[in-house]
Amino acid sequence: MKLLRIIGLFLFITSVLIFTGTIFIGNYTLSESSIRKALTSKKETTVNAFITVVKEEKVLDKPFNNQHLFINKVTELIKKSNKSITDKIAIKKGLTASEIEKITQLSTVNNQVNYSKELLQQLFLKNPDKIQAIDNATNWMYTANKKYAKIVNFKNDFNAKVADINRNNAQEFLLYDNKYLRFDLTKLSATGIVSNNKLLFLFLTFGLGIIGSLLFIISALFLKPIAGIRNDGIYLQAATNRGWVGMIVFGFLVLFYIVLYFYPYILVNLTNILDPVKQLFIKNETASHWFLYGILYTTSMFVMGIRMLIKYRHNQYQIFRTISVLFFQVIFAFLLVEILPIFDLPAVDLKNAWPLDYNFYTDWNIKNHLNAGHLGKFMLIWGILFSLIIIPILVYFYGKRWYCSWVCGCGGLAETLGDPYRQLSDKRLFAWKIERWIIYPVLLFAIIMTIVVGYNTYTIIYNPAQIGNNTLFGINAYKINEWYGFLIGSIFAGVIGTGFYPILGNRTWCRFGCPLAAYMGIIQRFKSRFRITTNGGQCISCGNCSTYCEQGIDVRAYAQKGENIVRSSCVGCGICSAVCPRGVLKLENGPEEGRINPTEILLGNDIDLMKLINNNNG
Amino acid sequence: MEHIVIIGNGISGVTLARHIRKLSDNKITIISSETAYFFSRTALMYVYMGHMKFEHTQPYENWFWKKNSINLKKNVVTKIDTSKKILHLNNEETLSYDKLVIATGSKPNKFGWKGQDLKGVMGLYHKQDLENLEKYAPNNTVCKRAVIVGGGLIGIELAEMLRSRDIPVTFLVREASFWNGVLPKEESAMINRHIIEHHIDLRLNSNLKEIISDENGNAKAVVIQETGEVIPCTVVGLTAGVSPNINFLKTSTIKTDRGVLVNRFLETSNKDIYAIGDCAQQEKPIGQRRPIEAVWYTGRMMGETLAQTICGNKTEYKPGHWFNSAKFFDIEYQTYGWVWAEPKENESRFYWEHKNGKISIHLNYDKNTHEFIGINNFGIRMRHSFFDRMLHEKKSVEYVLEHLADANFDPEFYKKHETEIITKFNKENKTNLQLKKKSWSRIFKKALS
Repeated sequence: MKLLRIIGLFLFITSVLIFTGTIFIGNYTLSESSIRKALTSKKETTVNAFITVVKEEKVLDKPFNNQHLFINKVTELIKKSNKSITDKIAIKKGLTASEIEKITQLSTVNNQVNYSKELLQQLFLKNPDKIQAIDNATNWMYTANKKYAKIVNFKNDFNAKVADINRNNAQEFLLYDNKYLRFDLTKLSATGIVSNNKLLFLFLTFGLGIIGSLLFIISALFLKPIAGIRNDGIYLQAATNRGWVGMIVFGFLVLFYIVLYFYPYILVNLTNILDPVKQLFIKNETASHWFLYGILYTTSMFVMGIRMLIKYRHNQYQIFRTISVLFFQVIFAFLLVEILPIFDLPAVDLKNAWPLDYNFYTDWNIKNHLNAGHLGKFMLIWGILFSLIIIPILVYFYGKRWYCSWVCGCGGLAETLGDPYRQLSDKRLFAWKIERWIIYPVLLFAIIMTIVVGYNTYTIIYNPAQIGNNTLFGINAYKINEWYGFLIGSIFAGVIGTGFYPILGNRTWCRFGCPLAAYMGIIQRFKSRFRITTNGGQCISCGNCSTYCEQGIDVRAYAQKGENIVRSSCVGCGICSAVCPRGVLKLENGPEEGRINPTEILLGNDIDLMKLINNNNG
Repeated sequence: MEHIVIIGNGISGVTLARHIRKLSDNKITIISSETAYFFSRTALMYVYMGHMKFEHTQPYENWFWKKNSINLKKNVVTKIDTSKKILHLNNEETLSYDKLVIATGSKPNKFGWKGQDLKGVMGLYHKQDLENLEKYAPNNTVCKRAVIVGGGLIGIELAEMLRSRDIPVTFLVREASFWNGVLPKEESAMINRHIIEHHIDLRLNSNLKEIISDENGNAKAVVIQETGEVIPCTVVGLTAGVSPNINFLKTSTIKTDRGVLVNRFLETSNKDIYAIGDCAQQEKPIGQRRPIEAVWYTGRMMGETLAQTICGNKTEYKPGHWFNSAKFFDIEYQTYGWVWAEPKENESRFYWEHKNGKISIHLNYDKNTHEFIGINNFGIRMRHSFFDRMLHEKKSVEYVLEHLADANFDPEFYKKHETEIITKFNKENKTNLQLKKKSWSRIFKKALS
């Protein structure tokens, strides 16, 4: 069994190395067909221009064996192709270099600037469109409006404006050098061993990883055959006590999230490996980096969920809860998201509620739903009811745990993949203060962002004539949504939330950042039947509960006073109750009265003294 | 403003200090030689097992004491001058007090065994014991075998600790069955089985004769009294109970027996000197309780009570109904009221055990009146407030059984055993009790009303 465990670990590490290694192997070749496929949504002119540039640069069908050089080349090609398009269009619609020369010459006679509309009309008598365009962009530069002391200043201003005009004309034909375009071009250009052996590599990465980790996990069942709390050595091991293993995992996770969010094209080989899986759902479709993330997320949860089921096999609450998060991840967050688009429905995770789902009220999301027939509209209404009615009601009856520890994907990952790190959360009072100073402002940010975005959506859909600059209170809807997505959605929830598992514990996002958790927390604290009941005077202040609270609640501080735990941040994972050696804690939903029970003298002492002191205080 | 000096920073002394601070602005000083800050002794085992770090055993953050102006002093009291109200500490230091509270807790028992002070021989009580254990039993290469002497709660904890590092353990228990002076034979047998299940070499009816030394003064083996068997080992755990830690009082005028003698107001023989916690011995036992109770919560309750007296509201120490809990490896144990090892004259018993042999309840009730006297529950959690009310209201055993669903404190979704339990009771007693549905309103009815 010990040998199996070591083999499992070995297989897992091998799979991780191969997984990482695939990034660095294989070739990238721009072929005409790959370019056409990557640019399917682009205009013919654009595609042709790009292909021409690729040919001119002599890189068509030329394999690159270094992704970095390939990306640099692509960037260069995009720039050149855009320039050639802009130049061509300038001849047709904008100003050519000779026209610019002519205008500056005529308006700078005698070392003086003399620029006017008349001059333009003289020059472009037959082309009123052109006059109009230049007039619009430069009328503020007319000598009547602005005096230029130096000719060079005039020339600079004029050239800049004309470049704008030309770019605007060419706009619809330009390629935008962003991570999506780079991803598509890189993915379709990838050739070589990985792309030719997708199934083999699928086995070597995901397959070996799953087999290895399951061997490692399941062997524990035989090595420690008696069920019970087995936290032996957690603080003695480098992996779970911020030791060197933890630091490696930390570095790996953070890098992965940064690459995933900001440099997804680095991961193209890994997405290629998953093409066969993606094609199970849609023929001829290829896997995106989000599909890769979804698969990785779901398999991690599944494998570590099995670990959780084994670790807490004596605890039915943990078993049910783990099965529940796995169910919602596999069915709702993964399968339905893949299946819904097959029926022309929006690919959304139906359990992902606003404000955790910060894109819910964006114009494109609402339009997606409205354009998807009755079911689409139903899904939209569901989303609204879910956030505003269903969630508060269920939080009232069961506490926020029903979502955070039973349904939520972020919570699901934290409770499975993150379980080995739960003890690392900071229990100090100071950390609690920080928590409140971060999570509620995030909720406020989410609300403001939603109002701005929602107003914009409303205008676009119901009042299209009014479309202006997409702002409310001077805030641009797209900008604030983008900034929210970057700061909260990517950096906080992803890079910090999961990347920092081995440093800050597994619920950093849920505790400090999640606006939905903040929203439900307020309800849980003030209007809910949920509490963790403290069992009279049985607490011995050992501190297991506080140590293993992933939300950093100092559970013991309440338990040793005989008080129930009623905290907004509690996600009801039930581990405090599980690790308690004296049967002191029980998660339950009961009457609101007496839920919060400050006590001075604990049950077990003199009844008269309890009455005297506790009633005075209560 | 008086100066209250508390000797000992365990649960009793610290609870007292906290409550005095709530009630008054008296000057408070706590003296301890063990650690700078209060920690939970009951959690020491988890530090060795790697479940926690030592800092996690400290229920209050280090800033807490200054914020509440509770002075902490790390020193040893060597002598008490009760006439001048002065304490003599190490390094010639002295400290005067207006009121003195002795809360020095216990120390492990040693019964004069040969070799009991060798290297590698230790108790499990102080933080220093933990450091010793890390030194002599860091893993199973350094410590090839450990022998534990004394079949009580600390002994089984020490066994669990050593097993967490895969160190072979021999467990010498004087009695014929584990802890059978406290547990009825059924529960005791259950724990025997569980100890063996955890691969512990359990030796019942075995006394320690001596510990043999190697040439460097390290323990190298123990000899068993009954058989003369020599068991090689490098670590010996002496866990044969604890006794009050009051040697430093021998030169003072304060009256002591095994512990510091106190009346119901926790006052000692000397004015303005009190004793609480493990080191206090009631002149007359309270109810069926022992005169010295080395239990976590009794220390806390004495602290809660004495704070009232010291702050002007003279209050008698009147502990409520007995309760306690422990954990034997994976089996949790709770008890409410009294369930003696042997039934008394007027008592009748009902025992139910799950077929897995790890869950049981044992009810004790009056043979004639059927008044409920107490319960032992193993592997199943019960609600303290429920049984406290049953005892307070002198309910019958039948009432308790019918309302067992209210009593259950297991986590949600756990398998319920109440029906099986009642069926067995009905069968044995030819009764027809029906389980009542769990009722929130009964459960949360104010325990005191």
